[in-house]
Amino acid sequence: MNALVSLLAVLSIVVIAFLGAGAGLEVLFGVVLPYAAILTFLVGFVLRIVKWAKSPVPFRIPTVAGQAKSLEWIKHQPLESPYTRRQVVLRMALEVLFFRSLFRNTKAELKGGPRLVYGADKALWLFGMIFHWSFLIIFIRHLRFFTEPVPALVTGVEWVDSFFDVGLPALFATSVLLLVSLSWLIGRRFLDPQVRYISQAADYFPLFLIFGIASTGVLLRHFAKTDVAGVKELGMGLLGFSPPNLGELGLSGLFYAHLLLVTALIAYFPLSKLMHLGGVFMSPTRNLANNNRAVRHVNPNPQPVQVHEFEHWKEEFKEEIAEAGYKLERD
Amino acid sequence: MAEDPTPTREELSRVEYAPPAKTWMDTGVDIPNRRGNWCYASDAKHPEYLGQPNAHDWAPQNEDWNLPENWQRIILDGMKERLEKYRSFRLFMDICVRCGACADKCHFYLGTGDPKNMPVLRAELLRSVYKRYFTKAGRMFGKLAGARDLTIDVLKEWYYYFYQCTECRRCSVFCPYGIDTADVTMIGRELLNLVGINIGWIMEPAANCYRTGNHLGVRPNTFKDNLDFAAEDLEDITGVHVDVPIDRKGAEVLVVVPSADYFANPHYFTFLGYLALFHEIGLDYTFSPFATEGGNFGLFLSHDMMKRLNAKIYFEARRLGVKWILGAECGHMWRVLHQYMDTMNGPADFLETPKSPVTGTVFTNAKATSTVHITEFTADLIRHDKLDLDKSRNDHLKVTFHDSCNPARAVGLLDEPRYIMKKVLNNFIEMPENTIREQTFCCGGGSGLGSDENMEARMRGGLPRANAVKYVKDEYGVNTLACICAIDKAVLPPLIDYWVGGVEVAGIHEFVGNALMMKGQNERLTDLRNEPIPHLQKREAEEEVKSDA
Ligand code: SF4
Ligand code: SF4
Repeated sequence: MNALVSLLAVLSIVVIAFLGAGAGLEVLFGVVLPYAAILTFLVGFVLRIVKWAKSPVPFRIPTVAGQAKSLEWIKHQPLESPYTRRQVVLRMALEVLFFRSLFRNTKAELKGGPRLVYGADKALWLFGMIFHWSFLIIFIRHLRFFTEPVPALVTGVEWVDSFFDVGLPALFATSVLLLVSLSWLIGRRFLDPQVRYISQAADYFPLFLIFGIASTGVLLRHFAKTDVAGVKELGMGLLGFSPPNLGELGLSGLFYAHLLLVTALIAYFPLSKLMHLGGVFMSPTRNLANNNRAVRHVNPNPQPVQVHEFEHWKEEFKEEIAEAGYKLERD
Repeated sequence: MAEDPTPTREELSRVEYAPPAKTWMDTGVDIPNRRGNWCYASDAKHPEYLGQPNAHDWAPQNEDWNLPENWQRIILDGMKERLEKYRSFRLFMDICVRCGACADKCHFYLGTGDPKNMPVLRAELLRSVYKRYFTKAGRMFGKLAGARDLTIDVLKEWYYYFYQCTECRRCSVFCPYGIDTADVTMIGRELLNLVGINIGWIMEPAANCYRTGNHLGVRPNTFKDNLDFAAEDLEDITGVHVDVPIDRKGAEVLVVVPSADYFANPHYFTFLGYLALFHEIGLDYTFSPFATEGGNFGLFLSHDMMKRLNAKIYFEARRLGVKWILGAECGHMWRVLHQYMDTMNGPADFLETPKSPVTGTVFTNAKATSTVHITEFTADLIRHDKLDLDKSRNDHLKVTFHDSCNPARAVGLLDEPRYIMKKVLNNFIEMPENTIREQTFCCGGGSGLGSDENMEARMRGGLPRANAVKYVKDEYGVNTLACICAIDKAVLPPLIDYWVGGVEVAGIHEFVGNALMMKGQNERLTDLRNEPIPHLQKREAEEEVKSDA
């Protein structure tokens, strides 16, 4: 049900784009909606971050995953239990760039006996890495449509990405990798009973959406080859706030489908779980040093609480205290 | 109330992991039929004493929970307040991608197969309500967006599953965003408490602790009696008389222990170990008659309660004029001392950076809180060769070590206890690597869930831990399970008896006390449990025979 609704949503985006492009709504799909989406993205992203940032971090609660800094001769694990800001940055870098925590993943199995066994399970990590890195590289590749001259970073990435030099135009490795990893991530949502059970529409939708983007993209490059110069004219035009006459460019319905899917992704992003992109940097269990006993963490908004006053306690138990013979002096 | 006996081992060994056909959003929890898997409500007098809101009598198995009329409003307001107060809460509500990496990391999921014990769904119980009332998508799309109305059935699920999470944080280690379901559980329990839903096993100790200073409600005179008694026991065993200073102004160090240490077994043997150690190194220390508890069941109830119960420690350190604080073996106490105390009740600017009076080591890692863990302290002593130790006095023990959740995942205290053990005993064996250190499995009874009526859940949740113990017992003949946590010492023995058998639970300083050669000691043919040390007794007997001949 959740999956079906998501799939239908993505398919209808494709259909709407085809219909719209055929009905002379190019300006809506090529200009108005992209601008609106980007605006939504920027405003939404910032608002979300601001919302998170507005809630303070009253306590320093890192999840420690290794030996803390302790006695000099005890081997400290700085990446698992960072003590300094630098070590926190490194821990975060490892987390954000290489998904450190996911790399730990194990799979537990209960055998007869009972006997619980734990095996390494790196598949989620592997496909997660492939997916995210491919996506990033494809994003960088697309900057070619928005820059003149094309920066060396972009051409360099393209060069590496087309290393295998198959097909004409050359097939990018990341196109394949993205589709493969997406298929795996989608397949897992259907085939793993636990994951299926926890999956919601908000989990299927972005996967289908990105799958739609990737497959229309591959079609545009390799099968229904699109007019790359025209796309670039649109891209540069959008960026310079002087969109070209779309009627004259004559971009295909398939292109508009690709574009509308991307537009949908951009607009959807800040409203969704995809915000983990921003959130991961702000997670208090990861971005704080485990130096709690060395450096005091200040709660910006401490709440006064009622405590059992010593004098009251003394009064309440005065007989027992006398029996024990405590002096209980105070200065 | 008729007590359902805990199911047999065979029954609990069969765990069904296939999720039910119905979606999790539809299924409620049939509390009356899950006896053994939940804790009794608190008698209203305890929350009343503590001034908690909407304290009332209720029972989990009853249809009607006697909630205040506007309970939904109270909870939603409470949620709003906490979303604005804790970034962790807001963020964790927003960024979970339901990747499922945390699912089989929770001991309760492994032991029950109940999908709502997957950390992700445990959090989703709260997240679904968050979505419904605090996000546009949830308001518009309802179920499709994973949003649910806050109904009484949802509230009952909160009670059941937030009190079936031991706040162990194992899930958080594996989550790509560090989402800490323990943190979500803490908020969930706070919200429940706002409408008077809480459990006796937490409320009563908290009330005791507030009133007397310790969870067990030990009064000031009994406290002294217990400590004097321990000194006598130690003298009987070792032949050495030790003083146990209480309320000694101007001492250098304030020692803070969990109250079970001077009240319950097997904690007590560890306590004897501390006393022997402090005596032998001539530590200038004192106990406090007011701060008679380092543990803090407030942690399991609300941030405010934690702060209220913790306040007395710095208060007493100041009153007694000590230079620093030495904290004993206790898990959740150390989460509080390490991650919360200074922020909540500091700054401890009246204390000094702790310095070992014996070795001169300065504990710079504790320069702000001025609080040192006893295994850090003892490891340093041993490293500097300040203790006369006879390892062979622990030769009758084959020991493995259970990392308690909080010292491991909140403090990062992993190698200090191991170092000590390697120096005070000869037979130390690690459990499999996925079950120790930062990946350690909970005892199944942490965070205030160690009550007897909750036995089935404890046995289920403790399965992964017990299973690893069984492995080292079967493979290597391990007969002792060491830990540095008072809750562990209370709940591991029944767990191990149930799943494994033949393994005793002990604290690190029990071994230290066993091995410690004290000036003026007797022949010491027994350990701190006053049980004969077999090979020493045998040797003694042989020598007697020889001298007779
Ligand atoms: S591991 Fe983290 S992101 Fe993944 S399902 Fe669990 S809580 Fe959510
Ligand atoms: S904190 Fe521990 S008990 Fe709670 S959900 Fe996570 S793994 Fe399970």
